[in-house]
Amino acid sequence: MTKNYLTEENFAKLHEVIESHKDMQGPLMPILHEAQHIFGAIPLEVQKTISEKMNVPLAEIYGVVTFYSQFTLEPKGEYLISICLGTACYVRGAQQLIDKVVEMTGVGVGKTSLDGKYSIEATRCIGACGLAPVLTVNEDVYGRLVVADIPGIIQKYNG
Amino acid sequence: MSNVSLSINGTQYEVPKELTVLDAARTVGIDIPTLCFLKDINEVGACRVCVVEVEGARALQASCVLPVREGMVINTNNNRVRKARKSTVELLLANHNRECTTCVRSKNCELQSVSEELGIREIRYSGAKREGSYDDHSPSIIRDSSKCILCGRCVSACKNVQGIGILDFTNRGFETTVGPAFDMSMKDVPCIYCGQCMVVCPVGALSEKPSTQFVWDALEDKTKHVIVQSAPAVRAALGEEFGYPIGTNVTGKLASALRKLGFDKVFDTNWAADVTIMEEGTELLGRIQNGGVLPMITSCSPGWVRYIEFQYPELLPHLSSCKSPQNMFGALAKSYYAEKHGIDPKDIVVVSVMPCTSKKSEIVRPELEVNGTRDVDISITTRELALMIKEARLEFDKLEDGTFDAFMGDYTGAGVIFGATGGVMEAALRTVADVLSGEDLENVEYAAVRGLEGIKEATVNIGGLDVKIAVAHNTTNAGILLDKIKSGEADYHFIEVMACPGGCVNGGGQPIQPANVRNVIDIRAERAKALYSEDAASTVRKSHKNPEIKRLYDEYLGKPNSHKAHELLHTHYVSREKFPL
Repeated sequence: MTKNYLTEENFAKLHEVIESHKDMQGPLMPILHEAQHIFGAIPLEVQKTISEKMNVPLAEIYGVVTFYSQFTLEPKGEYLISICLGTACYVRGAQQLIDKVVEMTGVGVGKTSLDGKYSIEATRCIGACGLAPVLTVNEDVYGRLVVADIPGIIQKYNG
Repeated sequence: MSNVSLSINGTQYEVPKELTVLDAARTVGIDIPTLCFLKDINEVGACRVCVVEVEGARALQASCVLPVREGMVINTNNNRVRKARKSTVELLLANHNRECTTCVRSKNCELQSVSEELGIREIRYSGAKREGSYDDHSPSIIRDSSKCILCGRCVSACKNVQGIGILDFTNRGFETTVGPAFDMSMKDVPCIYCGQCMVVCPVGALSEKPSTQFVWDALEDKTKHVIVQSAPAVRAALGEEFGYPIGTNVTGKLASALRKLGFDKVFDTNWAADVTIMEEGTELLGRIQNGGVLPMITSCSPGWVRYIEFQYPELLPHLSSCKSPQNMFGALAKSYYAEKHGIDPKDIVVVSVMPCTSKKSEIVRPELEVNGTRDVDISITTRELALMIKEARLEFDKLEDGTFDAFMGDYTGAGVIFGATGGVMEAALRTVADVLSGEDLENVEYAAVRGLEGIKEATVNIGGLDVKIAVAHNTTNAGILLDKIKSGEADYHFIEVMACPGGCVNGGGQPIQPANVRNVIDIRAERAKALYSEDAASTVRKSHKNPEIKRLYDEYLGKPNSHKAHELLHTHYVSREKFPL
């Protein structure tokens, strides 16, 4: 990720969030949610800040961040390509779609490209089994796909 | 205390209603196996080895966290229960690095024991194993996650007992591991190396960095003069490794064993503990009389020193400038002893036997050196000494009771009790009281600073001066006192802190007792008794009355806190950043 997301402005926002949650019961989860939202990820620098301000051990925060899939250690790319690996999509060839997406973008599953453009994710059922196999790019949904559709889709976002 | 009646395995019992099913069964003589459970430290019901059948409950219940109820009908021993326990342990074993024969915990492994007790003869499950990580970069602790069974005891000991939280669960499901944040090395985190994680670990996932081969090599090197010192708490626990009851004092056999291993001189850290009292007592009086920084806090425990350096660096001026007894000994061995005996300090190897894993990190602190050599060259734990005795095939129980060598081996009762929480304080009070009153006071026992209460406070009138003191053991309690100092609430003169719960007798380098022993015996109290009884039986119980100490000052150092004493026996500390990026 080349974009600098650990900006002073973002840390100022984080401090505000910590201040406003300090005295509530079980403040860690809501603070982590906000942190993920502010930075797009919760890397070491952010965890350290929360640890020091909240007096919670870093290992405990790291444990929570790695336990829940909604938190990430690295920011997601500009375009998040999620390929559904639910049962219906899987039996209709989702794995081949993943392979093609990985081949075309050069980004592994669960990884983000160095330029910060793409992240690729294999997801559980997204509830669109009628469209299987299905993938989403951010808010855009593409259904009833075959491998030959992939280049066209990637093309749209490459520009 | 009222009772409830319940049935266990078809017999009716009356048991106190506060008990768990596990404890209730124990009180009536029915044993339930456990694995993750460790009394007062880890009571979480995670491993499911202690499951029992409770009538009316659909699933088997974890007895370690299940409170008794009136009319409960419990079965601890039927096919369903036995099969469930077996499956659980088999699954653990299937994902465990089973190189038992070469494991540091072979024959003292709770997973091995429970597997044997459940009669497991085959492991029906095979498949993927969690990828382990191995970290031996710190001077004190080796972490081998391929052995970890995720019981959570180390997590509890570090976070809840010590209040630090270096280790925690990471990831989820099959990927779950226990370790520091970001899988950092133990050398890059604010770990104090107290080793409490090791002594609660049921398996070989956490162990001390071994140093015994360095000792063997030194002993075989004819150009080296190898001196050994052993800490007070070692004699209170070493016997456990050879089948003696917990709390047996094996001072005499310890001295004999060390001599048989081939050390040129068998000295005693207790002697240096007496020196510490002279230096620290004088420093305290100086601070009180000259308006120095108060309260002054002891600095014997290297884990504690690391704790304050990481967590409260702004309070470092409160720390006594005294080196620990281990390093005072080393510094004097390579100066006083070397000069008096005409030996080049560079040819001397000082080995320390310590109840402590943090001592291994203390000896490599750059500032702790004398005459261009390290104060202490090698530090081994009580456990490692036991291993050396076994390797040498000495029959420990048949050893005659020996004594320590003269010159740096004579010690007082005050030096012995250093190994228990409150001991350093009591030893200091004995000397400070005599100095302030100008008398040889008869009363040497200070009951207020003994025992296992987390924080002990007292005001002692000595020589007309009301001295306010406090004693804390484990770093959670230390943190409470430090917060009070920070907020200006604490008006103590002198504070003793030991990083480990109970003091050095329960240090991270001591023999490891399994949960089924720790559940019924407070090993901290039993081992402390061994030290207090040696003190009570001593003819000299005050450090300043030790003839060898008098000689040290008369012939070498001059006075306590003299220029020479400062050069050799005092040190400084550093403010440490918790997670330098």
